[in-house]
Amino acid sequence: MSDLVLETKGLTKEFRGFVAVKDVNLKVRRGSIHALIGPNGAGKTTVFNLLTKFLQPTAGTVRFNEHDISQAKPADIARMGVVRSFQISAVFPHLTVLENVRVALQARSPKVFHFWRSIRELDHLDAKAAQLVEDVGLGPFLHTTAVELSYGRKRALEIATTLALDPELMLLDEPTQGMGHEDVGRIIELIRRIRKGRTILMVEHNMSVVSGLSDTITVLQRGQILAEGPYETVSKNPAVIEAYMGTEHG
Amino acid sequence: MAVVKSIRPSGTVSGRFTGSTRLIIGAVLIVALLVAPFVAYPGFLMKALCFALFACAFNLMLGFVGLLSFGHAAFFGTAAYASGYAAKVWGLTPELAILFGGLIGGLMGLVIGAIAIRRQGIYFAMITLAISQMVFFFAIQAGSITGGEDGLQGVPRGRLFGLISLEDSLTMYYFVLAVFLIGFALIWRIVNSPYGAVLKAIRENEPRAISLGYQVNRFKVMAFALSAALTGVAGGTKAIAVQLASLTDVQWQMSGEVILMTLLGGVGTLVGPAVGGALVVGLENYLATSGLPVTMVIGVVFVVCVLVFRRGIVGEINVFLGRRR
Ligand SMILES: Nc1ncnc2c1ncn2[C@@H]1O[C@H](COP(=O)(O)OP(=O)(O)O)[C@@H](O)[C@H]1O
Ligand SMILES: [Mg+2]
Repeated sequence: MSDLVLETKGLTKEFRGFVAVKDVNLKVRRGSIHALIGPNGAGKTTVFNLLTKFLQPTAGTVRFNEHDISQAKPADIARMGVVRSFQISAVFPHLTVLENVRVALQARSPKVFHFWRSIRELDHLDAKAAQLVEDVGLGPFLHTTAVELSYGRKRALEIATTLALDPELMLLDEPTQGMGHEDVGRIIELIRRIRKGRTILMVEHNMSVVSGLSDTITVLQRGQILAEGPYETVSKNPAVIEAYMGTEHG
Repeated sequence: MAVVKSIRPSGTVSGRFTGSTRLIIGAVLIVALLVAPFVAYPGFLMKALCFALFACAFNLMLGFVGLLSFGHAAFFGTAAYASGYAAKVWGLTPELAILFGGLIGGLMGLVIGAIAIRRQGIYFAMITLAISQMVFFFAIQAGSITGGEDGLQGVPRGRLFGLISLEDSLTMYYFVLAVFLIGFALIWRIVNSPYGAVLKAIRENEPRAISLGYQVNRFKVMAFALSAALTGVAGGTKAIAVQLASLTDVQWQMSGEVILMTLLGGVGTLVGPAVGGALVVGLENYLATSGLPVTMVIGVVFVVCVLVFRRGIVGEINVFLGRRR
């Protein structure tokens, strides 16, 4: 099996003449934690949308495990093992924490179309769901409606839901955004624990998270790759310091 | 109006009570429906039940998937013709004729749903409307089957399972009640099934459901087909009960009327649409003999209801009881 789990070639996205992502060649190594950073509006979320086909690339290809997935549909990509989270917390607001995770576990079941069966048939997923909820530190909130959770806890729930699919490649869009110090610590801890056996590509603004977790960093600026490499190299790159570190988030 | 009065309190079923209380209320309601034909005309009650089922089936799409179809008359009307024709010309027994209507409705729903699902919101509504207009046009053209302007008249009520004659209105009423209860139970089951759980997730956050690998359009088309099939059952039952299938059943006004019934009763509640359906049929029935302009009065009732109870009658009762708790 190839060393690369994900590879893009010439990935480009134009919005009515505005080039949001330009000729991005991204290589994500299997088993690594790969951070995608860059100033606001650099095109990071757009790259995620292109990888998961929530947006159609204007040009370029995406290969996952050496298969070209440029033509696949978003749901198919998730089924192949590439599962994303969203920058704006994406939970099912009026389902309980347990039900949120259970819906994800259910996606693997052949019974999803069984409209004539009782919902009790899903009870066997409860133990697994509760374990995942426990893993992200939401144990006491198992039966809380998602909408009532604090922002940080919603993000944690989102990670639990994503993990329920046991994805080979997990895409996290700013997992610690808007979180307090303690919550950030908990997420770092969590990502360390869940990285076993999978690859994580994440967009992150918090430099302490990036430096502490990632093996490789790609810096994006105005839709283009500015620099790439381990934190030590990238953080010393003058262009990066100029464009990104020195200004907003130094 | 017995039906209306007796169904009304069921708003409390999902609002406040749980477990055994719920069972008791359900039982009381069923008893009320059983004695209803001794209080009101069975003919009116049958019609009310058919439209109540129609509205519940329609609500499966609007309330539980969140898509507004403006073409459900196509399923209701075509199924009415199909069941009526099957009973009259092929001599099918009433239960088989109704199942045939449901099948036709479901197949149409599958095809029309698969086409309309490519667009959302108002465009979805317009595609369903346009297709149902084509169906209406076809119903006018196919006069040899539909009877054109005269409608398909003299549909026999026949013998249930080839045994029990349904000529007597009281017997017919109990048959229609059974169909309604089975249809309602099926909708309840769909909403509370593993499939229903996915539908709910899609309604709550569609992009998230997609990112979890759900091919959401398949779920929606299936809901559309189920809704259309149950609508077909309602249409077919109506044709057998009233012994007539006509252009009114397949006309666009019928699509509008079912929207009105659903909103009036409470979209997204299980019993609301049934209440709305019975209420509208009851009003029409009452006004028909009163000399008042029917459409005007119903229009006023609708506007007032939508302004005063935005969640519909049952929706408001649920909220009220929820708050008091
Ligand atoms: N759907 C869209 N239509 C038009 N422009 C968009 C769309 N999505 C993103 N953009 C633009 O593309 C640029 C990159 O956005 P984004 O990928 O969200 O940046 P980041 O996640 O790096 O902050 C921004 O200028 C944004 O306004
Ligand atoms: Mg972003």
